[in-house]
Amino acid sequence: MATYTMRVFRGDARGGEFRDYPVDVDEGMVVLDVIHRIQATQAPDLACRWNCKAGKCGSCSAEIDGHPRLMCMTRMELFPPGSTVTVAPIRAFPIIRDLVTDVSFNYEKARQIPPLRPRPPEPDGTYRMMQEDIDRIQEFHKCIECFLCQDVCHVIRDHEENKPVFAGPRFFIKLAALEMHPLDTADRSAFIKELAGVGLCNITKCCTEVCPEHIRITDNAIIPLKERMVDEFFDPVVWLLRRLRGRRRAAPA
Amino acid sequence: MATLAYETYEHDVLVIGAGGAGLRAAIEAATQGVSVGLVCKSLLGKAHTVMAEGGIAAALGNVWPEDNWQVHFRDTMRGGKMLNNWRMAQLHAQEAPERVLELERWGALFDRTRDGRILQRDFGGHRYARLAHVGDRTGLEMIRTLQYHAIHLGIDVYMETTIARLLKDGERVCGAFGYRRDSGRFVVFKARAVVLATGGVGRMYKITSNSWEYTGDGHALALWAGADLIDMEFVQFHPTGMVWPPSVRGILVTEGVRGDGGTLRNNKGERFMFRYIPEYFRAETAETEEEADRWYEDKKNNRRTPDLLPRDEVARAIVAEIRAGRGSPHGGVYLDIATRRPPEYIKKRLPSMYHQFKALAGVDITKEPMEVGPTCHYIMGGVRVDADTTAATVPGLFAAGEVAGGMHGSNRLGGNSLSDLLVFGRRAGLYAALYAKDFGGQLVIDQGQVEAIARELLEPFERAGDENPYAIQAELQETMQELVGIIRTEAELREALRRIEALKARARRVRVDGGREYNPAWHTALDLAPLLTCAECCTLAALERKESRGGHARDDYPKLDPEWGKVNVVLRLKNGELQVAREPLPEMPPELRALLEDTR
Repeated sequence: MATYTMRVFRGDARGGEFRDYPVDVDEGMVVLDVIHRIQATQAPDLACRWNCKAGKCGSCSAEIDGHPRLMCMTRMELFPPGSTVTVAPIRAFPIIRDLVTDVSFNYEKARQIPPLRPRPPEPDGTYRMMQEDIDRIQEFHKCIECFLCQDVCHVIRDHEENKPVFAGPRFFIKLAALEMHPLDTADRSAFIKELAGVGLCNITKCCTEVCPEHIRITDNAIIPLKERMVDEFFDPVVWLLRRLRGRRRAAPA
Repeated sequence: MATLAYETYEHDVLVIGAGGAGLRAAIEAATQGVSVGLVCKSLLGKAHTVMAEGGIAAALGNVWPEDNWQVHFRDTMRGGKMLNNWRMAQLHAQEAPERVLELERWGALFDRTRDGRILQRDFGGHRYARLAHVGDRTGLEMIRTLQYHAIHLGIDVYMETTIARLLKDGERVCGAFGYRRDSGRFVVFKARAVVLATGGVGRMYKITSNSWEYTGDGHALALWAGADLIDMEFVQFHPTGMVWPPSVRGILVTEGVRGDGGTLRNNKGERFMFRYIPEYFRAETAETEEEADRWYEDKKNNRRTPDLLPRDEVARAIVAEIRAGRGSPHGGVYLDIATRRPPEYIKKRLPSMYHQFKALAGVDITKEPMEVGPTCHYIMGGVRVDADTTAATVPGLFAAGEVAGGMHGSNRLGGNSLSDLLVFGRRAGLYAALYAKDFGGQLVIDQGQVEAIARELLEPFERAGDENPYAIQAELQETMQELVGIIRTEAELREALRRIEALKARARRVRVDGGREYNPAWHTALDLAPLLTCAECCTLAALERKESRGGHARDDYPKLDPEWGKVNVVLRLKNGELQVAREPLPEMPPELRALLEDTR
């Protein structure tokens, strides 16, 4: 057992401060356990979100010593015994209370995305899809919606004004998953360019670095989307073809 | 303190709970063209379904063409030791394949067979490889698919909102009262029909795979509103939860580990499950390690490994091994897949198990065995419903998923929960919508009823008590773990009732400080009421059933008793008192009974 000082943000939209809580930590404990121990013994009203405690639900995102992480997957052994560990709410979203932020931005973006429009099934009412064709989409489907990628994305973290025209990495992988889905027939090009704002991403890969599911967000989702936008909107041949044929979807990249 | 003020919303159908059952119900109701409100305690997409790992049981017949709904029905009934509501088990087995294919049409991407169809994996108690899955994160795929399908259907979602009571107009349910967890403000929902999809009660145990949300809200809401609960004595302890380090104790280790070839061993390295094959399953279970190992590839000429007996059997076997001193260093047994399957296979099939053990326990499951032990996972009991319509015994109230009782009898088979959520979630949404459409007249909310509830919910801020809500929850968890666990006795159950009574008295003295905005102390205090109610129901039912069956094992009545196989234990409130009754099971038609006689 070791003793740590947990420096936890306490406050709400009106303001707040970091407060120190000395906590005895047992072997194997994660930051979320320590927060629960503070709740049970020192600060019963300390607000935090959590559900699964196993890195599957993406509820307990926080900035721990400045690093965006899941509290349930961050072991206390990472920090030297006796040290001070700072726990702050994720910064890209408005604070509600203590470690809880208002992430409704993400739910609004989710609703704007044009949904899957599947092709008709085969005569027996089912679909045939090969594992090799869905591997890359299954990678995107691992997303647990912890929104850590949204939190670190420079385009919105420090630029509130970009939020209306930028969906963020979480929704770039959602868009990529839909665009690459073998059953999908919808055209989201205009949405990806205008409303999702994929062009604003400058590929710093911060999202990929913090992803607890190790999804290669930048390489596998954002760059292919960007390439498609270039082909679709800036390739002179495609542009000419579209002019001649009317508004038809260009061949995928 | 902004006192009794509340927001009011009105819907044709109000769905409480946004896991698999709640989402599927909301989708179906919205598709019927009625106005739908969906309430959930967490953010959308975080409900317990997200943690489901192994798969969705459905007799698609993609891997074993011999499979069909009749075999699935039989497996389900035998797994539940025949206490299941036969009609629910039948509808479930018949409709599960279509519900899975529907998820695929909505974008779900299951792992594939070589010819591009949905791959199916082996699981406990299922004769054929039957579980549609995505590695070991099937629940995530399912909830995301439902969530992203639902958000385009015009459903109003009320996130981080807890329902504290159902509202009634005479005999009929006419809405619900609750509070917004973020702002602390009260909210009234007027509704023509209410669907409960609130999941289970796992937080009443100390070692549990369930999250904070699982406080038995729907069970208690239904009971308080006058509905019957059945089978509350049957609690499923999943055989394999993590046991080390202490902070992760109880976190689920998917049955898929055994489905994909993993085996249980004691500290002598023995595959001890061969010594625990019950008479009931002897004819269909392998007797030698060689036969068990061949079964994975050849199901025609070999019988199923005892590692994949139904969960109740495996959990009791593990407890017996540990009690006999053959456990692992931290009070579990070993689960070994490292020596049985290649590392690439393990990482591909069980990626989150690999990650979970690596990150939380420092164990590489491709090189070392896991340490596992039983963890509270699921309650078979719940709201008594009509099999076809999911209607509870109170008009206007419907229930689907874990909160509903009957489908799984005394023990649920792995994989049958996700399919249950889809089959009966859809039915609940459909019949709630039809009920709402037929509903004539006005929705009347009784102001006095609402204000009385609001006053009660604010009491923890105002009374002069000194009890800590977290401490009471922890003591209840200790009590249930110790006295109403896997193996039960009359003396212990009576002691549990005494302790629950004392905790109820202390809960009335709980005091919380701070404001109403996102105050977890207040939330925990309010969650005590349903939690204590469910603990009492479970203990009373366990005391009543004097036999051992499925998820209810009595040391003082260790045998299955055919007479008890004919009745459900029913709980209901009469004049504020909990009453326990035994009532006969519905009669199964002979053509279905014939399906059960095949024991191989």
